[in-house]
Amino acid sequence: MGQVKSLADLRKIKEDLQVKMSLREKSNNPESLVQVKVAMATCGIASGAKQVMDFFIDEFDKRNIQAVVTQTGCMGYCFAEPTVEVTLPGQEPVVFGYVDAKKADDIIEKYVKNGELVEGIIPVNYQTIEKK
Amino acid sequence: METIKLTIDNKAIEVAKGTTILKAAREAGIHIPTLCYLHLHDLNIENKPAGCRICVVEVEGRRNLAPACVTECTEGMVVNTHNIKVLNARKTVLELILSDHPTDCLICAKNGNCELQTMAQEFGIRKLHYEGEQSHYREDTSPAIIRDVDKCIMCRRCEMMCNEVQTVGVLSAVNRGFMSVVAPAFEMNLDHSVCTYCGQCVAVCPTGALTEVDHTNSVIRALADPTKTVVVQTAPAVRAALGEEFGMEAGTLVTGKLAAALRRLGFNYVFDTDFAADLTIMEEGTELLDRLTRHLNGDKNVPLPILTSCCPGWVNFFEHQFPDMMDIPSTARSPQQMFGAIAKTYFAEKIGINRENMVVVSIMPCLAKKYECQRDEFATNGNPDVDFSISTRELAHLIKQSNIDFNALPDEDFDNPLGESTGAAVIFGTTGGVIEAAVRTAYEVHTGKKLAKVDFEELRGMDYIRKATIDFDGLPINIGIAHGLGNARKLLQDIKDGKSEFHAIEIMACPGGCIGGGGQPLHHGDSSVIKARQKAIYVEDAGKTIRKSHENPYIVKLYEEFLGKPLSEKSHHLLHTHYFDKSNETFIE
Amino acid sequence: MSKFKMHILVCGGTGCHASESDMLLDNLKTIVSDKGLDGEVQVIATGCFGFCEKGPIVKIMPDNTFYTQVTPADAREIIEEHIVKGRKVTRLLYVDPENKETIADSKHMGFYKKQLRIALRNCGFIDPENIDEYIARDGYEALAKCLTEMTPQQVIEEMKKSGLRGRGGGGFSAGLKWEITSKSVSDEKYVVCNADEGDPGAFMDRSILEGDPHSVIEAMAICGYCIGAAFGLVYIRAEYPLAIDRLKIAIKQAREYGLLGSDILGTGFNFDIELRYGAGAFVCGEETALIHSMEGLRGEPTVKPPFPSVSGYYGKPTNVNNVETFANVPVIINQGAEWFASIGTEKSKGTKVFALAGKINNVGLIEVPMGTTLREVIYEIGGGIKDGKKFKAVQTGGPSGGCLTEKHLDTPIDYDNLVASGSMMGSGGMIVMDEDDCMVSMAKFYLDFTVEESCGKCAPCRIGNKRLYEILDKLTQGKGTREDIDSLRNLSHVIKDTALCGLGQTSPNPVLSTMDNFMEEYLEHVHDKKCRSGQCKALLQYIIEPENCVGCTACARNCPVNAISGERKGVHIIDQATCIKCGACLEKCKFNAVFIK
Repeated sequence: MGQVKSLADLRKIKEDLQVKMSLREKSNNPESLVQVKVAMATCGIASGAKQVMDFFIDEFDKRNIQAVVTQTGCMGYCFAEPTVEVTLPGQEPVVFGYVDAKKADDIIEKYVKNGELVEGIIPVNYQTIEKK
Repeated sequence: METIKLTIDNKAIEVAKGTTILKAAREAGIHIPTLCYLHLHDLNIENKPAGCRICVVEVEGRRNLAPACVTECTEGMVVNTHNIKVLNARKTVLELILSDHPTDCLICAKNGNCELQTMAQEFGIRKLHYEGEQSHYREDTSPAIIRDVDKCIMCRRCEMMCNEVQTVGVLSAVNRGFMSVVAPAFEMNLDHSVCTYCGQCVAVCPTGALTEVDHTNSVIRALADPTKTVVVQTAPAVRAALGEEFGMEAGTLVTGKLAAALRRLGFNYVFDTDFAADLTIMEEGTELLDRLTRHLNGDKNVPLPILTSCCPGWVNFFEHQFPDMMDIPSTARSPQQMFGAIAKTYFAEKIGINRENMVVVSIMPCLAKKYECQRDEFATNGNPDVDFSISTRELAHLIKQSNIDFNALPDEDFDNPLGESTGAAVIFGTTGGVIEAAVRTAYEVHTGKKLAKVDFEELRGMDYIRKATIDFDGLPINIGIAHGLGNARKLLQDIKDGKSEFHAIEIMACPGGCIGGGGQPLHHGDSSVIKARQKAIYVEDAGKTIRKSHENPYIVKLYEEFLGKPLSEKSHHLLHTHYFDKSNETFIE
Repeated sequence: MSKFKMHILVCGGTGCHASESDMLLDNLKTIVSDKGLDGEVQVIATGCFGFCEKGPIVKIMPDNTFYTQVTPADAREIIEEHIVKGRKVTRLLYVDPENKETIADSKHMGFYKKQLRIALRNCGFIDPENIDEYIARDGYEALAKCLTEMTPQQVIEEMKKSGLRGRGGGGFSAGLKWEITSKSVSDEKYVVCNADEGDPGAFMDRSILEGDPHSVIEAMAICGYCIGAAFGLVYIRAEYPLAIDRLKIAIKQAREYGLLGSDILGTGFNFDIELRYGAGAFVCGEETALIHSMEGLRGEPTVKPPFPSVSGYYGKPTNVNNVETFANVPVIINQGAEWFASIGTEKSKGTKVFALAGKINNVGLIEVPMGTTLREVIYEIGGGIKDGKKFKAVQTGGPSGGCLTEKHLDTPIDYDNLVASGSMMGSGGMIVMDEDDCMVSMAKFYLDFTVEESCGKCAPCRIGNKRLYEILDKLTQGKGTREDIDSLRNLSHVIKDTALCGLGQTSPNPVLSTMDNFMEEYLEHVHDKKCRSGQCKALLQYIIEPENCVGCTACARNCPVNAISGERKGVHIIDQATCIKCGACLEKCKFNAVFIK
């Protein structure tokens, strides 16, 4: 990196660098952001959870949505893998099953942006993975 | 001048801005006790580390007590110098200092002359409320100075003298907290350090932490030995100060009583270093003229200026710190050593004894002289030219021990031939004196004319660095004078940098010259004492019939009978010396 | 550019470092590589998280999982379970001491809940050896703002308005100090950062320098701009090697970026920084002593005035602030003085970092808003007293401070309240004591420190503190008299009134405040020859209860000095004159016959 010559220079460098740090910044305060947890146990990975996670990360970025995408263990819905838990700020988490790129796109556009539910919700005996 | 109004002990006073509480109080006739503080007013030397905390006073509105020595007066300040809080604090602090101080006062070298002892007496200390462990540090004995650091109260006066005034840089505080003491760097011993033995540390030490090596017993033993002929010489500055030890006013000349006392003590011959001072002028003055002539004739191998070499502290200083400039000082030995060399050759021959049976004792205002007379080059077959050098203070002890009522003594004369001297020799005792004596002789020798007036006022005074140009009948001679090694360093540095325009420079290690020497009666911070001694020296000079060294008849005779002429081969052998590079001689044990 | 999905932050502070966090870091990196996760998982070393009690700390982002006491051997499990499979390693999670539940997210931990991290904002969050991460978090923005948009006087006004006071102990207004230095006329001036942290137990300055060195560099440059200095010096103790390394790296990076050096950001402002090493003398935290030490002289104070702002380093005007003070500066400039002044109490603004130590569950470094109460700090953040013991006192301000007791628990902590309560802020050491601590011994401990750290220049501190220590020692030996109590008091007041510098003037505070609050303990030591906490060994008595003694001789056989006599099957007695109070008899007695009086 060359010399920082002016305030504008500094700001530009900062913007570039903030992308790298955004993951940490966001995780400082996840409650105020959209939180997406992708189940990434063997079953999930086998069903393409990794790709789904990448898709979420890239697309949130592109569509300028402040979100935290984390991985989690097996949610117990192996039949419906890949599964994804989405928590909108101030709302109860919702779990979606059979998520692929298309479904993920739906989730972002409909649920995340407008709060409309999409197909594939797994409502039964709902419990988040982490103990509260 | 901007002034400040304040109240001290309910007394409204007005002082110049920047005045400390201590000075303001003293101006107003209020005595605030001090211990570490030292102000040699006429010499512009001040020590105020604010370390002892004895001078604390209460300033209204201030959270704690203020050290008067460094706290400047401010407008409307209300100061109380002796309420119960202040008195209790002072007494407690003094008790603390005493609780970490040996109580061997009765057998201490400083007994009766110790500022801490005086203060304890003034404060009426009868009990120490805070006794405990005392800090301990090894004693260090050098050829001239003894450090008994257990008696150090960390006033830092010695440190200030050594570093700021003398720029020798040997003494500084080492260790921390309760164990801190003043010592040479790396805790080396003094004799392994660059110490010049100027003794200015000893001169200002308020306690017995720094004292001279006492040679009085050696002198007593020599006097008691029937096989020895004991010859004594006494330096010019001694006669202007010794009286103080016997309650006389500073500046009282006691030349006659001094000679009488020495005779009563049993010295076989009571001579005068002044004789050797005249001899020094013959050699050094001739050397000056010789170097000057050759230099002016274009001999670039002959360096100028020429520097005086009669001060042993100064010789030690340049041997340690300016070894590359050892060709600049005169090669003439100091008067003490010239005397010793002549006494143990010329005079011993005259009275028909071997040098081994002669003991030469010198009475000096100086501690470096103790080291000087122990130098190897000033001995023949291990027999030193001067056997013992004792200080003015030691002589006073010797006189007191020997039941001599000094004040009641009649005035007597020195013995001949080595007791005869001129006014030029007497002024060796003060800064500016050696060069004035040299000018008196060099002028007449160079120009062949008689001086109309022998007093060179332009060379006198107390300013640290003085300059004057003397007209040698058309040849202007630039003279420089420095006293205090820090000032000598400045002139030396100028020479090194090629910026010096002087032909001759006089240097004295001690502020004021020998009258302010490390072996003189203690001035206890009163510099007017040194000024009074200086005045006495010039009075003595003015009263002499002969005031030019080359007119001393016994000197003329000495050259006729023994030496030939100045700078002769015999002179070179007996009266000149060479210097040693001591820059690598310091070491850590 | 690869984009990491997960960040693993490993504490690289000195405390965790000592518990092999560097090896842990290496292991994590190696295993991440082995698993082919290089592009997805970033492993970095950060500064201190503050929760040193439970170090080494590992934090996983973005799910904010906080692992405690992680060993190098745990690396594999963390990667394989948490990173690869998304399953948290429960055994490494923090367990709430109250309800025994595990807490994954540090935000929910009592230790962090009440904290507000301004000075420590980047500690445990960024890689201190990477200037980019600092810049990404608004780093050097404040400097840029000052240089391009504000005059020095405007910055000074902002600083004054913020109410930031010196965090090194003095509590003098930082803005005012800058203003005084800016008004001193001189061809050269200096900015000095006092990183000579010396309070026993305090390590906030070290943590800031280790975790966020750029914040100090940036603040020093801002200060240089305000006062007209082109040169800054950090006086740092040589015992802080990690902080020194990180500072050196940070200075080098800042120079490379042109944020130090000449013509910074094209504004014509020049500023550079050098390090000066101290040998860890406590007194060198005093600014005049610090300056003398930097000049190569003996580290001892001189009388003020003249203040360094007028005559400091080599006689030039010098602005000395401590590390924590500087660390607050960039945030104040970025967020505004009003924001900063909205935090804290009326006369103490912002936050203060405290080093919690002693008999407390959560030992560590915390930052709380001024005005937080002692109770909140001790019981909520600190998690209460260890082993369910009873709180007795807390020493604030280190050896210069005093102790606060139960009656001060609900006092809001700020500069003035602490002084009013007989203690002081100091640099933020907070040592908690419980019923097992003897207050006379506590005072003795601090005097021992002061005696060791006195420079020796002034008589009251050099000798007076030694005598104070000796009297306290006498008391703990059971040899004290009533006169000793009077001596302690008189000596303490005289030392306070007459010592030259802050070190000496405050050194009797532990004695005076324990005498004020726990006089009964002093009197017990003197009159009853008793130490209620049992800490003063010389005052203990081991006694055999005749009713319980069966004469088994176990105690007598194990006594190393043969102080116990008695016939087999007869009652034994301990000869108190011979007993060395080693406790062997108590340990060996199976019949509860030996007890301590």
